[in-house]
Amino acid sequence: MIPTAATSTPLSQSSIRLEGVSCAFGTVEAVRNVTLGFEEGSFTALVGPSGCGKTTILRLIGGLEELQTGSLDRAPTATLGFAFQEPRLLPWRNIRDNVALPLELAGVATSERRARALEALERVQLADAALRFPYQLSGGMKMRAAIARALISRPRVLLLDEPFGALDEVTRHELDLALRKLWEAERCTTILVTHSIPEAAFLAERIVVLSPRPARVVAEITTPTLTRDATTWTHEDLGACVRRASDALLRAIAESRA
Amino acid sequence: MNTRSKSNASRSVADQPAMRAFAAYGVPCLAAAGAVALWAGIKVVFGVSDYLLPSPLAVLHAFTEQPSLYLSATAETALCAALGFAIAAAGGIALASALSIFRVIERGIYPLTLLFQMVPLIAIAPLLVIWFGYGRPSIIACATIVSIFPVIANTLAGLRGRDAGLEELFTILGAGRLTTWWKLALPSSVPSILTGLRIAAGLATIGTIAGEFIGSDQKPLGVLITSNLRSSQTAAVFASVLLAACVGFALFGSVSLLGRVVLSRWLRGR
Repeated sequence: MIPTAATSTPLSQSSIRLEGVSCAFGTVEAVRNVTLGFEEGSFTALVGPSGCGKTTILRLIGGLEELQTGSLDRAPTATLGFAFQEPRLLPWRNIRDNVALPLELAGVATSERRARALEALERVQLADAALRFPYQLSGGMKMRAAIARALISRPRVLLLDEPFGALDEVTRHELDLALRKLWEAERCTTILVTHSIPEAAFLAERIVVLSPRPARVVAEITTPTLTRDATTWTHEDLGACVRRASDALLRAIAESRA
Repeated sequence: MNTRSKSNASRSVADQPAMRAFAAYGVPCLAAAGAVALWAGIKVVFGVSDYLLPSPLAVLHAFTEQPSLYLSATAETALCAALGFAIAAAGGIALASALSIFRVIERGIYPLTLLFQMVPLIAIAPLLVIWFGYGRPSIIACATIVSIFPVIANTLAGLRGRDAGLEELFTILGAGRLTTWWKLALPSSVPSILTGLRIAAGLATIGTIAGEFIGSDQKPLGVLITSNLRSSQTAAVFASVLLAACVGFALFGSVSLLGRVVLSRWLRGR
């Protein structure tokens, strides 16, 4: 299947809705009038130039930044998983107890949370390292642990702030594959911030291209992975999708400089 | 052999258990032996009198003449120093914790804690004798007052200096203020707390000896120092001072050992 034309998700079907959202830090305007919907169980990638406000949008959705203008609708009961650019593991805890942290804070009994932490670690192929400490793990293994921690409370919304950005290409691709498998199994609403358009096209169903700061939506591109059927799309389809997203991004950069 | 294999070879030699043990214990022992040799050498070479600088053997002789007197004095000083240190550690950590949780009172109370650091002990010690009388309570109070400030300051710095990224993680996981304090701020501040405790360990011994100069009703090391000073027994003064230093080393060593055990699991990663 050839990638379809850019479409906006109807807000009525969205589990998360941003309408006319703007955000500024002092005199620096980070996000301007962004309206976006994220359908239940969808996988969306936000791409844009460095410092354009991608992370700010993710942090607004996660409640880490205060909404200044516009509205944000998200079911308050929807559990949230968040993976940051760094693993953010507690150095004094072993990997199992790091992964179990969200359950611990939710008051889940020790035996249950340990069992679920091991399950989550198995899903990211890290069960062997359960009793090791963060300093004993490689960068890729730490990021796997961070993904396991984000998934352990079976979140309905998963927010990923360029979690693999600092890793080498091979590890990054390996973790991309693991993430896609996890998403296909869990089907939670996933929003990924990334600099890499190929990574966005490979992982997400939809790419939202943002302008240089202040972030505005300049294009929404549906990717071939939407079909879930590898036989119906080709590398050429993926390439076309990457090209369209790149073109939109370059156009937005050129317009911002004009 | 290339550079890399050379460095690997040298690392493997340094990693051998015997070499590690020598580095940990042998080197400090050699340094102590060197200091004693230097002391003896200065005395012989410059012909310093016994009154100004007794020989190491004279000091040892002073100790072996009355070992029970020195040992009981050391035990008494060590007890007061340990108790003063323990009160300073517990009180300092508790006070700093309260100040970090209730930021409003921090502004009022923290400047007052500076008094512990600013008021000269020699001025306050007589007051302690008036309040607590002659004996252990006054001496322990002296040790506590001298050693509590580094514990408060370092604990507070550790509690305030937690990783902003980890704090954000706790926010997104819905942790409350007290939970974040208990599960993030306190464990994060352990290295700072241990630094404060190490400083306090030495100061507690100093405070104890100073307190003993003024407020003791027994014969601890502080009293032996002053009485031997009056009778010009310099070797005996040296013996008492060295034993006081041993008390300080023992306290410091205990805290360092505790720190090594507590931090060994994760400090290696930093």
